[in-house]
Amino acid sequence: MSLLEVKNLKKTFGNNEVLKDISFTVDKGEVLGIIGPSGSGKSTLLRCATNLEHQDSGTIKYNGTFGLVFQNFNLFPHYSVLKNIIDAPLVVQKRDKKEVLDKARELLKKMGLADKENAYPYQLSGGQQQRVSIARALAMNPDILFFDEPTSALDPELTGEILKVIRDLAADHMTMVIVTHEMNFARDVSDKVIFMENGVIDSYGTPDEVFARENNRVQEFIGRFGN
Amino acid sequence: MSLIRLIQELSSGMLVTLEIFFLTLIFSLPLGLLVSFGRMSKFTPLRLVVKVYISIMRGTPLMLQLMVIYFGPYFIFKVNMSNLPTNYRFYAVIIGFVINYAAYFAEIFRGGIESIPEGQYEAAKVLGYSKAQTFFRIILLQVIKNVLPSVTNEVITLVKDTSLAFVIAVTEMFTLAKQLASAEVSMTPYIAAGVFYYVFNYVVAFIMEKCEKKLNYFKA
Repeated sequence: MSLLEVKNLKKTFGNNEVLKDISFTVDKGEVLGIIGPSGSGKSTLLRCATNLEHQDSGTIKYNGTFGLVFQNFNLFPHYSVLKNIIDAPLVVQKRDKKEVLDKARELLKKMGLADKENAYPYQLSGGQQQRVSIARALAMNPDILFFDEPTSALDPELTGEILKVIRDLAADHMTMVIVTHEMNFARDVSDKVIFMENGVIDSYGTPDEVFARENNRVQEFIGRFGN
Repeated sequence: MSLIRLIQELSSGMLVTLEIFFLTLIFSLPLGLLVSFGRMSKFTPLRLVVKVYISIMRGTPLMLQLMVIYFGPYFIFKVNMSNLPTNYRFYAVIIGFVINYAAYFAEIFRGGIESIPEGQYEAAKVLGYSKAQTFFRIILLQVIKNVLPSVTNEVITLVKDTSLAFVIAVTEMFTLAKQLASAEVSMTPYIAAGVFYYVFNYVVAFIMEKCEKKLNYFKA
């Protein structure tokens, strides 16, 4: 069953055509990696898919709910770690307080932050903040989790901890769409990969297909990234 | 005149000064927030009207505004002054102070609201908060923290501005001090008035500093 169906998506900013007729689907339990050079439209695609940007034409159909992990975390600075995680489930979803608290503490434990529930975001490292924001998204019990370059704002030595968390989620069969610059990671963790360039899907397939030697555009891009 | 007598004489004026101060704050802070929304509105006519209002309030003396509000009904609308409520004088002062300070507060709030990163709104949207929930739960406290130092400045100015009420003969403390000074041929009433304003502002600064400290538990 596909949880997300994107059909003929088009988006133009001024006279810059950022997305030119994009279509793809994401199945339950699938991890889709989206890679491509800056300005290729992958972030705009993700922003359209999460309703932060409105497409000019085309349809996006969800069979379920989604969450989003931002590049810059966007935690609420005036809320403690715990409150960042439980507030929306309590206020927006109106779930039972005990159930939400149990869930939040279980997530914090999973993220290795069990001792940080009373800390405030500014007291945490970037990697810790990103793990809180993943926990915040997961606490809403989304069917799909989107990631918008989740390691791009982090120091290189901190990216590993985030990639590990995402790998663990993949192992638990969480459905995920990940826009990333981490080529090796995209190759390892994804079931399917989209390589975007100039607003179109240049290649789509399994990592082995997309990263195949004969795929010149992707090879050139990877070479340029030295990764 | 003994110090006790002096304070007794001035005390009714102090009460009026305190009334002007608190009524102005109670009304101009929420009004300022509303005005800041108008100033940021996507509806151009509203935005322009609010912009002109703010520009006039900030560009002309408060003393003049008080006079226009007090004498306006007579000179502009030919309303007989005796038909106005008996304490219209006092109302005029409050109206003048409120619409003047609301304009200043609106600009401070606008700056505070615009400094909140777009990502805060986006995170709230993705999590499903309504617009009102986003503003009151996520944005407002961050704005308050941002604007508190500027608001403190305005509040301190307000304490001193209350003395302007004398232009339309509302007997606040400064008016009484002036009358006493000429009646007694003495500087002492002025000094007493100065001490009163200074102590008042000392308390204001103290309270605002406490508020700022209370919001130090987080950093944006």
